[in-house]
Amino acid sequence: MDFTFSEDQLLFQDSVRDFLVNEVTPERIRASWETASGRDAALWAQLAELGLTGLTVPEELGGLGMSELDFILLAQECGYVALAEPLVHTALVAVPLLRELGGELAAQWLPRIAAGEAKVIVGLEHNLLVEDAHVADLLLLQRGERILAATPDQVALRHNESVDPSRRLFAVDVAADAAEVASGERAAELATRALDRGALGCAAQALGLAQRMVDMSVQYTSERQQFGQAIGAFQAVKHHMANIAVRLEYARAPVHRAAYSVACAEAVASQAVSHAKLVACEAANLAAKNCIQVHGAMGYTWEVDLHIFMKKAWALANSWGDAGFHKTRVGEHIFAEGAALGAGATFA
Amino acid sequence: MELTYTDKQKAFREEVRSWLADNVPAEPLQTFDTEAGFQAHREWEARLNAGRWGMVTWPEELGGRGCDLIEWLIFEEEYYKAGAPLRVNQNGIFLLGPTLMEYGTEEQKARILPKMATGEEVWSQGWSEPNAGSDMAAIRSTARLEGDKYIINGQKTWSTRAVWADWCFGMFRTDPESERHRGLTFILVPLDTPGITVRPIPQLDGLPGFAEIFFDNVEVAVENRLGDEGAGWAVAMATAGFERGLMLRSPARFQETARRLVELYRANQSSADQDPAVRDAVLRAYLDAESYCLSTYQTACRLNKGGKIGAESSTNKIFWSELDQNMHATAMSILGARAELLPHAPDASGVGNWLDGWLFAQSGPIYAGTNEVQRNIIAERMLGMPRR
Repeated sequence: MDFTFSEDQLLFQDSVRDFLVNEVTPERIRASWETASGRDAALWAQLAELGLTGLTVPEELGGLGMSELDFILLAQECGYVALAEPLVHTALVAVPLLRELGGELAAQWLPRIAAGEAKVIVGLEHNLLVEDAHVADLLLLQRGERILAATPDQVALRHNESVDPSRRLFAVDVAADAAEVASGERAAELATRALDRGALGCAAQALGLAQRMVDMSVQYTSERQQFGQAIGAFQAVKHHMANIAVRLEYARAPVHRAAYSVACAEAVASQAVSHAKLVACEAANLAAKNCIQVHGAMGYTWEVDLHIFMKKAWALANSWGDAGFHKTRVGEHIFAEGAALGAGATFA
Repeated sequence: MELTYTDKQKAFREEVRSWLADNVPAEPLQTFDTEAGFQAHREWEARLNAGRWGMVTWPEELGGRGCDLIEWLIFEEEYYKAGAPLRVNQNGIFLLGPTLMEYGTEEQKARILPKMATGEEVWSQGWSEPNAGSDMAAIRSTARLEGDKYIINGQKTWSTRAVWADWCFGMFRTDPESERHRGLTFILVPLDTPGITVRPIPQLDGLPGFAEIFFDNVEVAVENRLGDEGAGWAVAMATAGFERGLMLRSPARFQETARRLVELYRANQSSADQDPAVRDAVLRAYLDAESYCLSTYQTACRLNKGGKIGAESSTNKIFWSELDQNMHATAMSILGARAELLPHAPDASGVGNWLDGWLFAQSGPIYAGTNEVQRNIIAERMLGMPRR
């Protein structure tokens, strides 16, 4: 039993955090909102150079050959800076799905992803829309009992604007001649695992988003003076923040367990992911609610950076399975006849 | 990261399980807030200790097994699963014991710990006073050093288990000129000392689970001082840390409550579903109990590798106490009109011991530092918000 991250994993997290905090500033995010694609090719090239786009790509295909568990702390850091580039999607969803599909497709695309030359985007029927479909060099689309691989010329995209200006969402119509890469039960299994990984990515980002909102609010309430003192000295304000800290503290271990569970293909992986997604997104939503409150009217403005993080938290809460979906999955487990619950069942 | 038990841990679990299966009383003991129940629980402590299961994390020379925190969690899981009796000496074994090991002299450890382990000496707490509750630094009870004795005067209150306990540990002001947390000393007091009056206080369930203790020129040998004179605050903070921490409130307890809540919901589903919020509350209870378990394992593994508990541990007490309240509130909702009935009422079918749990759950957010005080600590020490 060892529920700790290795020195290497923690050092990697530190170095990626330093990079992201320095490079992915709120100013840079706001600048990308004004561009047509909303995406930053120079930033993507930097991420590839650090090995991040190929982190989960096998070494023989030009990647670092790491697992979902190795990436999870980095996904938290992506959330901390509200990274708009599809890095979490690449490392946790697209690459693992390509790995599982294998063959020519994997051999062709994984090296290009690792090199930062191509983006592959996965669209499941569970997702209302496909984020970043407009920058995809290849789309892996679930359609009924099939998974199709479509090139940009084989799809028609309809842009849907999100409350989070960083998110670029598209309805995707796919041409009849797109190649089928999986079908039947296998396609359904692949889609379930892809959904789990997408939800896991949301959960990890939610932890980072919540932490960022807390950090911003601690700073703001320590500086803002009313009634002759910093408003952060008032208990009512402290308790708003403490309530977030409690929920956030107890959301971390479930996310790390879910990452382990997915990486090891444990039988309970889907359930662990649903648990993680529910509690992490709930913590992030609470952070959004309480942090806008302690920012007062400033929090309600476009100018103050809080909304960059708040809006992403809101969006992620209902992406890759909303609360209803994930609660249903947990419920199917715990309300089943003879379910193994209670003391000693957690790691059984 | 490796989230599986080692063969050694699995074998340990089997050993615990098998001993408990042979030894846990078939009928639950009467509550230790009655005289007979107290005695029965004291005997259970002796039995546990005889099997060397009394305090598995204690060193072997003190009757323990030198277990690490993961083994401790495994032990607790099996203990709660087996429905074994609550620990009547928890103030001693979970709070004072670890504090003694850190601050006590060899003489004190040898004199006190073995009798604590057997349940021969049961401990109560003497911290709060009528005007020192959340504001513990406002303590006014005094201890005056005269020769080789302290002369203690004053009053303590909310002393859990004090009605039938043998000893009390607490803080007393030894420097009459001192203020706040300076000038306080941690002293261990035998409750049969002349000059002590214990007045039982009935709790919400009507039973005397705690008491007031009056001290009228009570003479206590100086060898019963724990730590240096005037250093009581630091010693007490260590004890409070154990109290809030995982030693006292291991996840197993809440996971078992969550499991029973799922069972209760399933047994009453058609009526419970009349309120759609109930199913959601059951689900949340399960998730939160699991989160608490996962976080505790993560912390325990970190500590096993030499990590330190930080300010984030202040979140612990809020999380479990509110979870416990929520779970019992949900059970009350499921039981509906039966919820108010005492278990022995003729028409109280299927109510189990939820009412007792509900009453006790009301105390969680209050004792060991109110949750409001915990929130201040989190805001100031963990998040770094301004004190003023």
